[in-house]
Amino acid sequence: MQFMLLFSRQGKLRLQKWYVPLSDKEKKKITRELVQTVLARKPKMCSFLEWRDLKIVYKRYASLYFCCAIEDQDNELITLEIIHRYVELLDKYFGSVCELDIIFNFEKAYFILDEFLLGGEAQETSKKNVLKAIEQADLLQEVRLGGGLFFLGFNSFH
Amino acid sequence: MSDVVEKTLTALPGLLLSLDSQPGAAKLCATSRLGSLVRSITELTSKNVGEEMAEPPAGPRSPKQMKEIMVRAIYCEMLGYEASFSYIHAIKLAQQGSVLEKRVGYLAVSLFLHESHDLLLLLVNTVLKDLQSTNLIEVCMALTVVSQIFPKDMIPAVLPLVEDKLTHSKEIIRRKAVLALYKFYLIAPNQVQHIHDKFRKALCDKDPGVMTASLHIYLKLIKVCLASNYKDLTDSFVTILKQVVGGKLPVDFNYHSVPAPWLQMQLLRILALLGKEDQRTSEMMYEVLDESLRRAEINHNITYAILYECLKTIYTIHPKSELLEKAAKCIGKFVLSPKINLKYLGLKALTYVVQQDPNLALQHQMTIIECLDHSDPIIKRETLELLYRITNGQNVSVIVEKMLDFLRLSKDEYTTIDLVGKVAELAEKYPFPCSVWFIQTMNAIFSIGGDVMQPDIPNNFLRLLAEGFDSDEEDRQLRLLAVDSYLSLLECDTSGLPQRFLQVISWVLGEFSFLKEGLEPADVVERLGKLLDDDAITTETRCWVLAAMSKLCGSSDALCKAEKVAHKYTSCLDTALRQQAVELELLGRDVDLRTRVLPQHGARNQLEVDSSLSFLDGFVSDALARGAAPYKPPHQRQEELSQEKILNFEPYGLSLPVSLSACSLTDRQSPTALSLSSSLSGNSADPPLKAGSNLLKLEGVKRVWGKQGYLPEKQATEEALAQEPSSIFAPSHQQACSESQQTTFSTIVEQDQEKRQLASSLFVGLGSQNAPCLVRTVAQNLSDSTSEAVPAVGNTEVVEASEVSSLSGGSGPLAQPSSQVERGLESDLPSRLPATLVGLLRSDVEELCSGESLSLSACKVFDADALVLAIFLSNISDSSIQEVSCLISSEQLKVPEMCSTFSVLSFYLNEFVLFSLFVCFSLCLNHLYSEGVAQCQGWEEHLNLGEASLYHSVSPPASCSCRPLPLTTEEYGKMWLSFSHDVKQNLMLLKHEEEDQLEAALTALKEKLCLHIVDVIGAEGIMACQLVSGRPCLLHCHTHGGMLAIWLRSPIADLPDCLLYHCQKAIQER
Repeated sequence: MQFMLLFSRQGKLRLQKWYVPLSDKEKKKITRELVQTVLARKPKMCSFLEWRDLKIVYKRYASLYFCCAIEDQDNELITLEIIHRYVELLDKYFGSVCELDIIFNFEKAYFILDEFLLGGEAQETSKKNVLKAIEQADLLQEVRLGGGLFFLGFNSFH
Repeated sequence: MSDVVEKTLTALPGLLLSLDSQPGAAKLCATSRLGSLVRSITELTSKNVGEEMAEPPAGPRSPKQMKEIMVRAIYCEMLGYEASFSYIHAIKLAQQGSVLEKRVGYLAVSLFLHESHDLLLLLVNTVLKDLQSTNLIEVCMALTVVSQIFPKDMIPAVLPLVEDKLTHSKEIIRRKAVLALYKFYLIAPNQVQHIHDKFRKALCDKDPGVMTASLHIYLKLIKVCLASNYKDLTDSFVTILKQVVGGKLPVDFNYHSVPAPWLQMQLLRILALLGKEDQRTSEMMYEVLDESLRRAEINHNITYAILYECLKTIYTIHPKSELLEKAAKCIGKFVLSPKINLKYLGLKALTYVVQQDPNLALQHQMTIIECLDHSDPIIKRETLELLYRITNGQNVSVIVEKMLDFLRLSKDEYTTIDLVGKVAELAEKYPFPCSVWFIQTMNAIFSIGGDVMQPDIPNNFLRLLAEGFDSDEEDRQLRLLAVDSYLSLLECDTSGLPQRFLQVISWVLGEFSFLKEGLEPADVVERLGKLLDDDAITTETRCWVLAAMSKLCGSSDALCKAEKVAHKYTSCLDTALRQQAVELELLGRDVDLRTRVLPQHGARNQLEVDSSLSFLDGFVSDALARGAAPYKPPHQRQEELSQEKILNFEPYGLSLPVSLSACSLTDRQSPTALSLSSSLSGNSADPPLKAGSNLLKLEGVKRVWGKQGYLPEKQATEEALAQEPSSIFAPSHQQACSESQQTTFSTIVEQDQEKRQLASSLFVGLGSQNAPCLVRTVAQNLSDSTSEAVPAVGNTEVVEASEVSSLSGGSGPLAQPSSQVERGLESDLPSRLPATLVGLLRSDVEELCSGESLSLSACKVFDADALVLAIFLSNISDSSIQEVSCLISSEQLKVPEMCSTFSVLSFYLNEFVLFSLFVCFSLCLNHLYSEGVAQCQGWEEHLNLGEASLYHSVSPPASCSCRPLPLTTEEYGKMWLSFSHDVKQNLMLLKHEEEDQLEAALTALKEKLCLHIVDVIGAEGIMACQLVSGRPCLLHCHTHGGMLAIWLRSPIADLPDCLLYHCQKAIQER
């Protein structure tokens, strides 16, 4: 996968993750172009797009568009399912996720994404494992906020 | 604007205050502060506001506040506001913060920075520290950031630590470590070469997650390196896939009740790569592929994803008819699905397989026709891609028209470039219906493709027109048609035409308008002159127009008009244009010169270009005498630059005369610098040559419109024309024509009956070819039977079946067999090489062993892209041998892409039939060193050759895998600069007495190592070679005082080293 973008129906970017090195200018240009193209498409149309030499796979969940860029030889359907799995993860984590969750906790959304996809490849496909890893890291945060005792024994996940 | 600023000023203190007023207050959690920021940003729209709000106030901040500020900075950056000031703070946060702040710090770093960002170096220490931490979460974070961005140069620093983590007790750490190594492999493959066996361990990890992660590495390795190195893993991959498909993994890994789909997908991809063109490996996977197809039954996207990958694998590996049948059915499922996504993939799959099996396209023709009119352009586009693959001489006009229709509606530049290229390719490949069609199609291409299309399209077209075909009459007609159509185009409004098209028009008119009778050149000049009035026209096009005019000013009338136009440009600032104008004036004045330089049929005659530019010798020597600096080719200049840095030990007095004499030679050989000024004498019959980037390339352009391709097609043309009303074109103006076609098509598609007609015109010609549905399967079946001689095992072996059968027809002994063999080994056996190998460089035929009735000999043939081992098995007894089995095994000979399988062959060996087997393989880099042994056992009831060592070594190995690389000096210069790996060494030349040491050394290298001598310039020589796999290496030799300085460069890391070793050997042995 080359990059992943989340944007709203109004074309506002909500999340961006780039797995290929690109300049900021390039990123902005790509984002602008893609948001325009994807938003212009009708609901019944194919979820795949050819764009430059890349394939764009997008899917809309409520008011959010999830949009991934893959290479030509990659499988489009599995990319759709990657998006779906990510939504499932967000849903499970936030408890029926909505756009506002992602706006106000976008760093959490990033953490989940990093646990699920790493360097553009699916890292962990088991939902349970991803959530477990996130919970462990979060737990640490709460312990710290509560009493600041975390360094006493947190060198294990269990 | 002013009220926005005001708003900012009032808003800012409040915003910052909310942060400062309660430092460290735990009550106010991060989200609410971010929340207020988000809200404020939504309220205020000015860009500056966003920036200022993210700006951390001056003074020291606690990491905790920093963390919150960082989150806001990320948010601002996402909104498109630059927050580069916070990058350094992100790194500091990752370094200094406690675990939870670190997490945000690392996240910010991975979002803000890119691989080559300078600040990233500051992160290395933090990462090192965290990797060694006892806190698992810190280790995880460090590994996560490492697998996202890490500076390439610092990999060695963390590599041992990451490697250690591969044996960590926690699977999450192992998994992340594997992915970090994957990342390292991607950015610097050389760095992780030594840990390949650790990857194997990861593959065998008991945790499925770690194993899945390791597959990423393997997929990449197999793709990039050679599949043959990993063939031994096929079994493991197949077993894993079997277990996954059989549901042996924990249910955690299920996705919509499909077991580990991502894992299955990876495995299928790997298997496809491994089984490609390898029957034996493919055979191992048939069963599991069948199983996968069978299991994927639930109607869910994920099963279709697996099915699709399965299909791809089945069609990539060595075919098996049963599987192919099932796969074909699956494709049907996709294509006929009402879901648009699946339909798209179905079309894509069809495109993939249709060349192997055109029947499939026939089966689904009605669906394809429907897709052609689908409302979604993506579906249409994919359908056109499919049609492009099934184009033949009979349906080309319909398909091209469909493509042009699509192009007229498409706005995407990328699609246009791609599709225009394809249309042009088809039009040139099948110039089917008539010349009118060809010209009109090309016109459409030029007007649609405009200035974005590939420059070789107009070049090829002009070349086709200029060179013509077999029949003069047809050439004349084609040119006349072009002239006609362009003249009529010029009458209309030309402002919308792309520059490239105008250039083509003016060239054609300049060159061929004389063909049209009754057309005054003056008319043409006038029309061309009108073009120049348009301000939008570029200088380059103006050059083309003037060039055309100078060809046309034969009559005084035309000359007068042309000069008037040209006069305007004689003082133009653009040099190319000015030159063109001045030339026109000059040629107008001197009629003799004009007829000499611009003959009327100029384009048809091949120009003799003096590429050595010898006519400039006088000029050069004059210039040198006047003290001009001698010309040096780029590579030499670069070398001298690098030499300047070291001390020069040679006395200056000595080197001066040498360099002077060298440079006069140099100038002769390098046509780059002076070619522009020499255009008058060299190539002025072809004015476009001067027009900068749009050169009409005369070399290296593939000529697709072949002589055979054109004439036989004519019959089919007339037939097809008769059946297809839609493809008849009114031979009038092309715009009118294309419009009428568009309307015809839109009416056609409305009615089902007409749809069928379209189908028949689209799929015409497919049915007749598909009798040998899969050639490869046929071959495979034959190899199983013992009654016939074996035509082929694998794809690369060639066995002369015809020869065997023709000889076996004869009865009784023909000659003294033994003497035949004795006499003939050298003379006779080579003649049995297949025609493709005759004439190639080969080693002597050696007899390896012989028994009572069989003799075994072999020779090596150095083909351009492979080393072919020809094995001859001959009957030396005087009776016929009923059956011979031959087993060739080659475990030790680890050569890539080796003729895939060596299975047991059985065949009759009649009389003294010489039976030849050709084993073909290409050697790769590693095998410059390696020696291989293949064993051949031949046995038969009353004959036992035993184990005969057939092939002891590939010696000298280097010369087996090197091939000369023919380059020009200029190409060499370009390549030299682009190659990154180089090695330099001085070699002693032992024979001091020789006159020309360099010459002798070069010849030795050339002979021993199959190098190509590109050029010899004074005391320097440049040579080029490539490995059979096509990887180049360049050599630069320089002699001074009994030493030969060799400098090698190549894009491959180890190649220069390796070749240097062989050079050394070659020089020593000399």
